[in-house]
Amino acid sequence: MIKMEIIFALLIAFFVGGAAGYLGTLMLVKRMSLAVDPLGHLALPGIALAMLLGFDISIGAFLAIIIGVFIIWLLQLRTKLPTEALTAIIFVFGVAMAFLFISEEDIIPVLLGDVSKINFFSAFTVVSLSSAIILVTKKIYPKMVLIGISEDIAKSEKIDVKLYELFYLVCVAIIVSLGVRVVGGLMAAALVAIPASASRNLARKLSHYSFFGFLIGALSFFLGVYFSFLLGIQPGIVIILINIIIFAFSVIFKR
Amino acid sequence: MGKYNEEETILEVKDLNVKFDNNYVLKNVSFYVKKGEILVIMGPNGSGKTTLLKAILGTIPYEGEIILRAKNIAFLPSQDILKINNLIPLTVNEFFNLKTKSMKIILNMLKDVGLKKNILERQISKLSTGEFQRMIIAWSMINHPTLLLFDEPTSGIDIGGKETIYSLLHRFWKRFNMTILLITHDLSIVYEHATKVLCLNNRVCCYGEPKKAITPKTLAKLYGEKIKFYKHNH
Repeated sequence: MIKMEIIFALLIAFFVGGAAGYLGTLMLVKRMSLAVDPLGHLALPGIALAMLLGFDISIGAFLAIIIGVFIIWLLQLRTKLPTEALTAIIFVFGVAMAFLFISEEDIIPVLLGDVSKINFFSAFTVVSLSSAIILVTKKIYPKMVLIGISEDIAKSEKIDVKLYELFYLVCVAIIVSLGVRVVGGLMAAALVAIPASASRNLARKLSHYSFFGFLIGALSFFLGVYFSFLLGIQPGIVIILINIIIFAFSVIFKR
Repeated sequence: MGKYNEEETILEVKDLNVKFDNNYVLKNVSFYVKKGEILVIMGPNGSGKTTLLKAILGTIPYEGEIILRAKNIAFLPSQDILKINNLIPLTVNEFFNLKTKSMKIILNMLKDVGLKKNILERQISKLSTGEFQRMIIAWSMINHPTLLLFDEPTSGIDIGGKETIYSLLHRFWKRFNMTILLITHDLSIVYEHATKVLCLNNRVCCYGEPKKAITPKTLAKLYGEKIKFYKHNH
């Protein structure tokens, strides 16, 4: 009989992967997909602290991302240095702090993901939040596309650009917090960048592009977690490899 | 140029200053536009024309005062929109759906600008420059804007196309009783369509009715001494 833990893990993977892939198609519109990788790294000390103190790692990750983004914003105000430079500083700080707190045996799951101990409550929370992210993304999608095309046009259409971008960033922070559990803090970019890029290669219209993003995200995460159980490898590694295979196919069959 | 009257004025700009890295892109710019006017903004590259439109839209920080009395504003950026669109596979239909779901309105608008129904399923990034300009005019007219801000609509279009785009704009201007702010390099457009002209070279170099405001002296101030002056007498 299949263990409930595995069913929970597969459910989480499908919903988080789908939501991240769908949200990721918007990141490509905004040319922001690379920003997710530092976000994943920012989550690391939060995960470490959550493991140390025994609370949910997604909550730790989310808090660490929010604090990290806030510190970057403060430093930017004070120094006017480019975001990339400040993110790099916060990122290495995050990694160092994570290594300081996490025991050696926990390092690999934190960096490459771990879905072996999912209980009903975690699964329920992650699936609900991911579904909420999908709904919010669907709601803000048309306006975000317009903002992506031209902020000036969006502004002339009376769209509150800052408010929409805030919604969007909160969604990204939440999905990265949920996703780092599955894919790990090291390769969080896989959450959003690869499904969207593969989808861009295959789709000829916006509706297909956003749907393929969801589908590729959901499938790669679902299969990644399934094979990680089957082969006994960390899910992050398998998810990345499946994503890369799908991306390679999308390059070959580019329309 | 006509007298200033607050009720008839749709846009007032007073002592506008915009700085990038401590350099003034716009300095002490003041002017006003009355309802129904076509104000053409001229000036060399880097003279602050697009910056002025962005300040009016409120997308960049500025000092000074901008009073807008327009309900619906439409902004048409220059061609950089095409390059960005290349990132996502957006069809014409999907682009219109960002604004309205009514197929009847979309088809009517396309017909008005001389585009056929079959353009709807094509990707925006695959349209020719002329098709794109017609499409984006149709798109911007959906809300019946009272003020249209148009940034260099002619860049990259040949003469034939250019005429059509301007006569098209002129038709909508009459139909919707619009006010238009238009950036162009083309002097003939100023004489043909503008009710007022504003020459910018980070400061206001000339402002008023085209025939009075544009003189060899103002043009030399705007573009340097070498430009040849030819006055249209339509």
